[in-house]
Amino acid sequence: MASLNLLIGVCLSYVAILFLVAFAAERAAMRGRGHWLRSPLVYTLSLSIYCTAWTFYGAVGYAARSGLEYLTIYIGPSLVMVGWLWAVRKIVRIGRTQRITSVADLISSRYGKSNLLAVCVTVLAVIGTTPYIALQLQSVVESFSSFALADPDVTPKGDSASTALWVAAGLAFFTVLFGTRNLDANERHHGVVMAIAVEAVVKLVALMAVGIFVVWGIGGGLSETMARIDASRLGHWQMANGRWAGLIFLAGAALFCLPRMFQVLVVENDDESHLRTAAWAFPAYLMLMSLFVVPIAVTGLELLPEGSNPDLFVLTVPLAAGQEGLAMLSFLGGFSSATSMVIVASIALSTMVSNHIVMPIWLKATGGGAAISGDVRHVVLLARRLSIVGVLLLGYLYYRVSGGGEALAAIGLISFSGVAQFLPALLGGIFWRGATRMGAFAGLMIGSVLWVWCLFLPSFGPDVIIPGEVMLHGPFGFGWLRPYALFGIAGLDPLVHGVLWSMLFNAGAFALVSVFTFPSPMERLQGAQFVNVFAHSEAPQGWQGGAAQSEDLMIMAQRILGAADAQALFQDAARRQGLPGYLPEPTAEFLQRLERELSGSVGAATAHAMVGQIVGGASVSVEELMAVADETAQIMEYSSQLEAKSEELARTARQLRAANDKLTQISVQKDAFLSQISHELRTPMTSIRAFSEILRDEGGLSAAERGKYASIILEEAVRLTRLLDDLLDLSVLENGQVNLNFREAVLSDVLDHSVRAALQERGIEIRRDPQAEALVVETDVDRLSQVFINLIANAQKYCDAAQPVLTIAVSRHRGAIHVDFSDNGSGVETGMQGLIFEKFSRIGHHQAGGAGLGLAICREVMARLGGSIAYLPGQGGAAFRVTLPGERALAAQ
Amino acid sequence: MGKTVLVIEDEPNIIEAIGFILSRDGWRVATHSNGVDAVEAVRARAPDLVILDVMLPGRSGYDILRDLRAGEGTSDLPVLLLTARGQTKDREMAESYGASRFMTKPFSNAEVLEAVRDLAGG
Repeated sequence: MASLNLLIGVCLSYVAILFLVAFAAERAAMRGRGHWLRSPLVYTLSLSIYCTAWTFYGAVGYAARSGLEYLTIYIGPSLVMVGWLWAVRKIVRIGRTQRITSVADLISSRYGKSNLLAVCVTVLAVIGTTPYIALQLQSVVESFSSFALADPDVTPKGDSASTALWVAAGLAFFTVLFGTRNLDANERHHGVVMAIAVEAVVKLVALMAVGIFVVWGIGGGLSETMARIDASRLGHWQMANGRWAGLIFLAGAALFCLPRMFQVLVVENDDESHLRTAAWAFPAYLMLMSLFVVPIAVTGLELLPEGSNPDLFVLTVPLAAGQEGLAMLSFLGGFSSATSMVIVASIALSTMVSNHIVMPIWLKATGGGAAISGDVRHVVLLARRLSIVGVLLLGYLYYRVSGGGEALAAIGLISFSGVAQFLPALLGGIFWRGATRMGAFAGLMIGSVLWVWCLFLPSFGPDVIIPGEVMLHGPFGFGWLRPYALFGIAGLDPLVHGVLWSMLFNAGAFALVSVFTFPSPMERLQGAQFVNVFAHSEAPQGWQGGAAQSEDLMIMAQRILGAADAQALFQDAARRQGLPGYLPEPTAEFLQRLERELSGSVGAATAHAMVGQIVGGASVSVEELMAVADETAQIMEYSSQLEAKSEELARTARQLRAANDKLTQISVQKDAFLSQISHELRTPMTSIRAFSEILRDEGGLSAAERGKYASIILEEAVRLTRLLDDLLDLSVLENGQVNLNFREAVLSDVLDHSVRAALQERGIEIRRDPQAEALVVETDVDRLSQVFINLIANAQKYCDAAQPVLTIAVSRHRGAIHVDFSDNGSGVETGMQGLIFEKFSRIGHHQAGGAGLGLAICREVMARLGGSIAYLPGQGGAAFRVTLPGERALAAQ
Repeated sequence: MGKTVLVIEDEPNIIEAIGFILSRDGWRVATHSNGVDAVEAVRARAPDLVILDVMLPGRSGYDILRDLRAGEGTSDLPVLLLTARGQTKDREMAESYGASRFMTKPFSNAEVLEAVRDLAGG
């Protein structure tokens, strides 16, 4: 006989393997390896947490009690995956674009990011899931005790409570370890998903193995087994149409609404195309899981003594047949089913509890200063871990309180019908733009109250919570309020009765209240995005920036996303806006993006509230209100789309016209420039040609005259060359093709060199202050000298004072270095000051000299050197200020 | 002979060249190198012919020409317009302002002489 110790050993080894698998998957994902982690197969297998211990053990029990009815549990989701794939796809798309973290987050986000709704959904989800978790604990405990019964060495003692506690603690440990690794709940928990996929395989293999053993090992082949089934009472069960329809509906709804299913289906999905595989593979998995249920049930009923628990046939049949190994495998299958459900359910619930209950309270309690207060990441993670422990503790307590007496399948169905209350708000929200927050709230409230009264409370059994008296005659003698016969309609199956009434009132209240209430602007925006998620995946702009402080946002984002992620996000946003550094403008677009990123960690409502705290109240702009008002009807929407299109065309036309104008302007500028160049080239050319002809044609020129004319020709040729040099230089500078050679130099040396190069015989007195010039600058020395030489030469050329003096003054101002060149001439007229840096502009009467490119070149050079040059008015004479970037200079000091 | 030509031009070397060519041919050459008071200079000197540069500091040659054509006593004065911009547009403008002759820099000395002789009946 199988010893209990061996079982515990196998069990612990299995858990250790799961830890290793999860750990390896996390490592692989972290290193960017493991694309297989994201395969559609793993996704499909993770969906199999639909098959919990309830389906592993319970389906057989179910079949033993109610015949083929167990099939409804598999038919519901299969129908949804095959026939309603488009709806699933829509939810998955919404989940991905809106970075939805849970089913509560989806509903809250759809209805204007209402935290009230999120809290309602969370509470209902916790109430609905707790018995389910208890159920899993119970299944593990019961399967343990089956082994204990079969083990002669162990006296079967009722230490089931401690077994349950150990299992719950172990699961809590595993879930905290792998389920709260990432703060961003929208990211995949690769470790968890991989472990679940492995468990999915184990439970399928286990159930198939037991089935094959039963059919070919005990039953003696396929046909004999069929004959046995025909002979047993299972073959004669009639199907009750109402109950079947109700159960198929519930099971189908569970696929969307169960928090754990939403978690694997939507939140953990990272490729929409995986749904295509899941659409056939998941129903196929369910089919395989259900294949041997009836043979096992029939064999169990035949083989085992009357009164054996049919819920444990999967385990007890191999045990009774003496197949220890098979029983062990079967136990592991059941254990896998139970643990995977509990892990995912507690992750999903903890996300909901921490995002929608703990975080809002914490934010309120800390004075609402998300930007000021401490490490939010730490708080969120702690909240999530505590929530996991709390959820498991609740499940354990429920198990202790309920005593584990109820048949497994019944609890499962009550759980299903509880979360099915989300369905109207969920489906209505994604298909009907008229759905409002108040409608969703009313539907949820009335539906869940009816569910609690008709299904949940009675599930504890008569006289546990609801006295038997009330069950029979209604509270306070109101017969029409009897939990199993509302409004006096008795005789229905209690489950169908409860589901029917709760869903009827839920959907009715939802639709009615939605029709008669008016959605807020935020709801309208979100509604449009959810309903039309395929039309425009891009979010509308929800924030009006401007008042917001990017730096505050940055501080907050760092606390939630972590410093590196937040900085990367901000830097990327700044780059998209064409800004350097880490602080983008708080545009509506950026705020929207930030909020979405944050909501991946803390949920839409909390993220909205946090951004709102910093940005201020205004969350919907007038334009958006107008847009929403325009969209009341689909027709209107279509026409507004047409309008938008024609507006877009008009905008394009405007842009084209602007571009054309600009091109024309550039063409005019180019003409003017060419005309200028033509003038500048032809003028020296004229003198050269005229004097060349004179020298050639005219006889009788004196030697002095010949010398003079030849030197004019030379002078003009030099002038032409200089002009061409300047033009080339300017062109290179303007195109940014110039190679700069930055190096450190002392400013006074650069000035010394420039003065020496620029000073001619005509001369100008230059005044300098060597002490102020003793600064180290990092620059292209040749280019800077070029600017200085130009300025000094200009002063010599244009200063009209009797005793020309040029003062070069160096000063530092806010980290920049100023070099001022001021002479004592009459300066530049105010009207001309703006023009002197333009090409070919010349001040006053010029001697055959520059072509008017010098200052234009200076301006380009200084721009390339990271500084600037400007005319300094009000200095008594002409004055130019050269500004050099000074950080390097200061650092070098 | 002995007719007077007034050269209104701001490039000293070009003034020198034109002055040399014309005086060799027997013309009296006067020069003026500023656009602002060019019209007054023409009135004061009453030359037989004006050689007028278009690009002058202070005032455009076209404006000066328009004033001369509108002014008493100078409306028929032969004016040889010189420009360093040889585009068709400039030629058309010169004609519309009433230039007697239009010449693009750089010119050949013979051309200038011929034009001056034509215009001033040298």
